[in-house]
Amino acid sequence: MFKFLKRLRGKDADASAPEQETQPAAIIEVLPELDLPAKDVAPVEPEAETKTQTTKLNADTVAYKTESKEPALVSVELPKRSLGTGIRSLFSDSMDIDELEDILILADFGVETAEEIAAELRREANRQGATTDPELRLLLKDLLAKRLSRTDSALNLDDGRLPYVILVVGVNGAGKTTTIGKLARWLKDGDWEVVLGAADTYRAAAVDQLETWAKRADSPIVKPVKDGADPASVAYQTVEMAIRTQADIAIIDTAGRLQNKKDLMDELGKIRRAVEKQTKISEVLLVIDATNGQNAMSQARAFVEVAEVTGIVMTKLDGTAKGGILYALQKELNLPIKLVGVGEQINDFAFFSPEEFAKGLVAKK
Amino acid sequence: MFGNLSDRLSDTFKNLRGKGRLSASDIDATLRDIRRALLEADVALEVVKDFIAAIRERALGDEVSKALNPAQQVVQIVNDELTKILGKENKRIQFAKSPPTVIMLAGLQGSGKTTLAGKLAKWLKEQNQTPLLVAADLQRPNAVTQLQVLGDKIGVPVFAPESGNGAGNPIKVAKDAIAHAKKAQFSVVIVDTAGRLGVDEEMMQQAIGIRDAVTPDEILFVVDSMLGQDAVNVAKAFKDGVGVTGVVLTKLDGDSRGGAALSVANITGAPILFSSTGEDLDSFEPFYPERMASRILDMGDVVSLIEQAQKTFDEEESKKLADKIANEEFTLQDFLEQMQQLRKMGNMKSLLGMLPGAGKMKQQLEDFDESEIARTEAIIYSMTPMERNGPKVLNGSRRMRIAKGSGTSVTEVNQLVNRFEQAAKVMKTMSKGGMPNIPGRNPVAMGGAVGGGYIGGKKSSKKKQGSKSGNPARRAAENQGLSVSQPPESKPGSAFGLRN
Repeated sequence: MFKFLKRLRGKDADASAPEQETQPAAIIEVLPELDLPAKDVAPVEPEAETKTQTTKLNADTVAYKTESKEPALVSVELPKRSLGTGIRSLFSDSMDIDELEDILILADFGVETAEEIAAELRREANRQGATTDPELRLLLKDLLAKRLSRTDSALNLDDGRLPYVILVVGVNGAGKTTTIGKLARWLKDGDWEVVLGAADTYRAAAVDQLETWAKRADSPIVKPVKDGADPASVAYQTVEMAIRTQADIAIIDTAGRLQNKKDLMDELGKIRRAVEKQTKISEVLLVIDATNGQNAMSQARAFVEVAEVTGIVMTKLDGTAKGGILYALQKELNLPIKLVGVGEQINDFAFFSPEEFAKGLVAKK
Repeated sequence: MFGNLSDRLSDTFKNLRGKGRLSASDIDATLRDIRRALLEADVALEVVKDFIAAIRERALGDEVSKALNPAQQVVQIVNDELTKILGKENKRIQFAKSPPTVIMLAGLQGSGKTTLAGKLAKWLKEQNQTPLLVAADLQRPNAVTQLQVLGDKIGVPVFAPESGNGAGNPIKVAKDAIAHAKKAQFSVVIVDTAGRLGVDEEMMQQAIGIRDAVTPDEILFVVDSMLGQDAVNVAKAFKDGVGVTGVVLTKLDGDSRGGAALSVANITGAPILFSSTGEDLDSFEPFYPERMASRILDMGDVVSLIEQAQKTFDEEESKKLADKIANEEFTLQDFLEQMQQLRKMGNMKSLLGMLPGAGKMKQQLEDFDESEIARTEAIIYSMTPMERNGPKVLNGSRRMRIAKGSGTSVTEVNQLVNRFEQAAKVMKTMSKGGMPNIPGRNPVAMGGAVGGGYIGGKKSSKKKQGSKSGNPARRAAENQGLSVSQPPESKPGSAFGLRN
């Protein structure tokens, strides 16, 4: 799994940080010896010690030596989540190579991609002499998994420059707020300190919606004082708070906007600039609804241009939609799929795994 | 990615120009393009298959081979079939005989139900109904709050006994709401429900429970216009689950082609009642099938153009003209009449914009100067009947006189004569069944080509009322253009508002 760098915390690493009070017992239990202030650090404890804690943390914790002004960092994994049975198979019947193109079109791969994959599979099948249903399925799985694999599909949360800032963007109803709630919970489960920013100041009750998720994820939230406040200022304050409280990560929710609305798209630029006054932005996640068809490409193009998207979150993959467009998105826009959402529950969420995805698609019922 | 259908069809048709009839393979090539375009517009595959089969059958039949311009006839058929599925005209909500009318909203997560509930309530309120909003989405965090905020904004009461966020029984809420509405004499009850996936048995049962509790007059299936191939599964699940009496398309202000509209209409068999076109609570309008048809095809409004032309010109006149063109008897006088008829149809810019392939000549369209037509008219008016009927007699001194009489220059007169000759040539080709060459080089020749085709003739009754373009931005731009540059003789009273 992917490794991330987060702040190493002690029992009273920084008494001024308010979230320390609600800190889960886990951390205290795990790192009892390291009660050093985070700012005044050289906590290079013997590796052996941290190793022993590994099992408890469900992540191998290695304390990193850092420069004296920098906080102590620790390399962690996030709790394992799996796509599991979330992905439905393409085939209700045995696989017929002649129907593959249509089946891929039905899964929203798009005409061009479907033709290409079908042709490629046919070539491979001929070359390897694969004819039976299991052989063809395996071949297709390998083909998809290979084509979908990338080296940059981990979240960019490992350069040690804290707090990391994640900006979440997308069209209306794609699932941005829900995604943030899940992501926050996940990070919390991995003992990260998270600050949420409710910069969707437009839609009625969007702030309240995020607040509910913040409670569920046990994380502080920065809210606008009034409806219709400037989202850039909310974003700014969110980052400010994250820095002040020495949080590991700030996640900023933005209002849904359709990609052809120029004014709203320009607003994203403004939000970016507000954040960048204080720190860099680690991730701009574009949330795409898997039930969307070929328009997802248009969405991604526009958001990439304006918001400098670094990764895609594909939501609602638990329905009958297969999200085949993600294949074309990765290929044409050279943009990694990083996360997938597979339900409304707070844990229905995983890193995108090409292998699991491909397996799910070819699975036999 | 590929260009739009309009460009592709113009490519295909380019090869057909000059052909009097289409062969089966010509038609198949065209149908392949149409199939692809529909799939790229996210029309579901099974719908596309049926659709193409229907078009193929008709295209191979008599109506195409006998048509003067078979290629355009194919486009016409495509449009016919599209509107057959989408519905010919916009349908209305069924109101209950004894109030309250109960409208239940259902759909996937994020399709826009809650926002739509607000818009619908506002729209009904403006029609002197007394709507009540019911917060029966107890699933999504703060959906209830969202509905309350919307209700406050538009001044419509919200029935929300439960605060939601996963707690409470939506069926009970819905039931209580109806009792409340009856007692308090609300005329319409709008029940907002939680988003649910078609495969979620439990949630679908809940929806059925709500339905049975409120016995709705309308169950509106709220569909995101960006929906892809899954539209079929979703539509089937909702139709077989909770049932669907009407469809609402949301997020149509985006740039999706909205093929889902076709899939959903086809699968549910229910009419599309409304389209939702923005976050503003006023962005809500009845559904216009013909706009959707041209949006899905992204082919300019060639079909509206054809229809309009058919309305404007009567067949007999058109035949007379076609004969004239074929026999090279087409004169400047006819040219003038054609031009005037075209102007009755609407302004040139928007007319030309409706042509397939117009995308390529957008710049030229921008540069197009409506007043050039007025100058052309002036020049022709300054000619004697003999000159109009036989431009060959135009010698130097006649041209000089015409230039003076029309307040133009000899060069302009010369240009017109040249253009006229070009146009006459183009029309001759067209009359033999080819597609007009639309070079975009000079507007008058283009105008001639449009009006002088097989559709030529007289009898102008209705005029274009704003553009029917499916692209809202373009539509707005065109409508604006229209109102500014309508010829002065068109009185707003008669030109507009006839159908509205």
